[in-house]
Amino acid sequence: MMHKLTVAELSKGLKNKEFSSVELTEHFLARINHSDLNAFITVTDDLALNQARAADEKIANGSAGILTGIPYAHKDIFCTIGVKTSAGSKILDPFISPYDATVSHKLNSADMIMLGKANMDELAMGSSNEKSYYGPVKNPWNKNKVPGGSSGGSAAAVAGRLSPFATGTDTGGSIRQPASLCGITGIKPTYGRVSRYGMIAYASSLDQAGPLTQTAEDAALIMNVMAGFDDKDSTSVDRTVPDYTKNLGNSIEGLKIGLPKEFFSQGLDSGVAETVMAAVKEFEAMGASVQEISLPNSAYAIPTYYIVAPCECSSNLSRLDGVRYGYRCEDPKDLEDLYLRSRSEGFGPEVKRRIMIGTYALSAGYYDAYYLKAQKVRHLISEDFKKAFQDVDVIMGPVSPTTAFDLGAFKDSVSMYLADIYTLSLNLAGLPGMSIPAGFSNNMPVGLQLIGNYWSEELLLNAAHQFQGQTDWHAQMPEGV
Amino acid sequence: MSLSEQQVKEIAYLARLSIDDGEVEQTTAELNNILGLMADLAKIDTQGVSPMAHPLNMSQRLREDEVSETDQFEAFQAIAPQIGQSHFLVPTVIE
Repeated sequence: MMHKLTVAELSKGLKNKEFSSVELTEHFLARINHSDLNAFITVTDDLALNQARAADEKIANGSAGILTGIPYAHKDIFCTIGVKTSAGSKILDPFISPYDATVSHKLNSADMIMLGKANMDELAMGSSNEKSYYGPVKNPWNKNKVPGGSSGGSAAAVAGRLSPFATGTDTGGSIRQPASLCGITGIKPTYGRVSRYGMIAYASSLDQAGPLTQTAEDAALIMNVMAGFDDKDSTSVDRTVPDYTKNLGNSIEGLKIGLPKEFFSQGLDSGVAETVMAAVKEFEAMGASVQEISLPNSAYAIPTYYIVAPCECSSNLSRLDGVRYGYRCEDPKDLEDLYLRSRSEGFGPEVKRRIMIGTYALSAGYYDAYYLKAQKVRHLISEDFKKAFQDVDVIMGPVSPTTAFDLGAFKDSVSMYLADIYTLSLNLAGLPGMSIPAGFSNNMPVGLQLIGNYWSEELLLNAAHQFQGQTDWHAQMPEGV
Repeated sequence: MSLSEQQVKEIAYLARLSIDDGEVEQTTAELNNILGLMADLAKIDTQGVSPMAHPLNMSQRLREDEVSETDQFEAFQAIAPQIGQSHFLVPTVIE
């Protein structure tokens, strides 16, 4: 039953010696090895057990911290010394990082136990985890459905109770959407809050890391470790990190909630809409006030994101060329053949499409019409939020227009892009957002999105924690867990 | 704007991706489908709006020009596809 406990509960159990970190780690490793979710690319049995033994020593001699000995699944986008970091791509399948990402380093320094590297859409590009070189991940609530993406392995691991929590990254919804589709809690912090050093870059002005957990309390505990300034990330912000657990218990009486009318218009599944509105009513019952707001440019988030992100990725991924690390084609006949074949054989179709769109949008003669135009519209999208936050404290709405869809349901890229409508605008603005379990529609979980102003993670976690004190959606588990 | 097959071949080459003749038609259709999404942007008036390069409008942080990295020569060579005489090897470029 250990796998059903939250991080906070596991921390108490370890401290009270109800179980050891080695027992805990063996329990989760056994669950992972018997699972058919395909949530992991690499399982690090030996490393995990070594870390657990060291953690148990610290617990025995009284030098343990609050998270010492807690296992986790690490999205395979974070570099880890000596362990394959593939980012779900064939081109990085041979890549064993010579250095740790700052997030990896921070989790290690808190004596946490890495169970393995979680599956993901190739190079974080996708909303279903079907684009992984290592095969699709299954949704633990219904194995014919997707877990969402790109942090699909992370979300499935937590929802399937294969790991107490997981790390994720969110460029256009990749923490919030899988958290929503798998019925767990996920937070994407403000851009600059968590270091991007050693996190394989997709779109550098949008990427941000955060935890996927069962509860908001757990997310606060993990954020205390993950967040903070890092000299090695030039976009990291030097700003004090609060103790995110400190204000979880605060009343949300008087909290002003804004519902963007654009988030409840056509395209939103009626079951999702009802579930989201029922959750908003719950906040009202707790003393929050609700008002309609408008984010007039939010529909343009899709074209804006799908220009900005591919432009950045086409530039970022030019480094994967088969020369210094990663995949190299067999017997290249000359240097150009080496580049062309290593990249063509190494990247999957969706990554290639985004590289080509970005290459085109940045090329001479098209830059103004695409990239520059998108960066201007990005400004307008961000201004919409600025205006909205003059009147409200938190914006709420759906995360995804539908619950988890069937594996293979989307045949083309564009229809999947359209499903990102409610998550993309935050990344463009750099704002923090969460998904928390809000109920079910057709037996599949529905997430409620909470969007906050810059640096308002504490308030988001507080509101989410209060909601979770009144509801038990976050405690629901898939059958057979 | 929509891309021709010839343009798609050129873009692929610019991105150093090879594209088989058999794939050109489908790739062109897919890319044009994606670019179709972008047409909406032309509807927005962005006269006088400045481009947003960074979510927090930060400027680049500077630091003292001091050595901060340790020598990891061996670790970097160890993960390379092909090395020789302390170099990353590629097919001959200059005879």
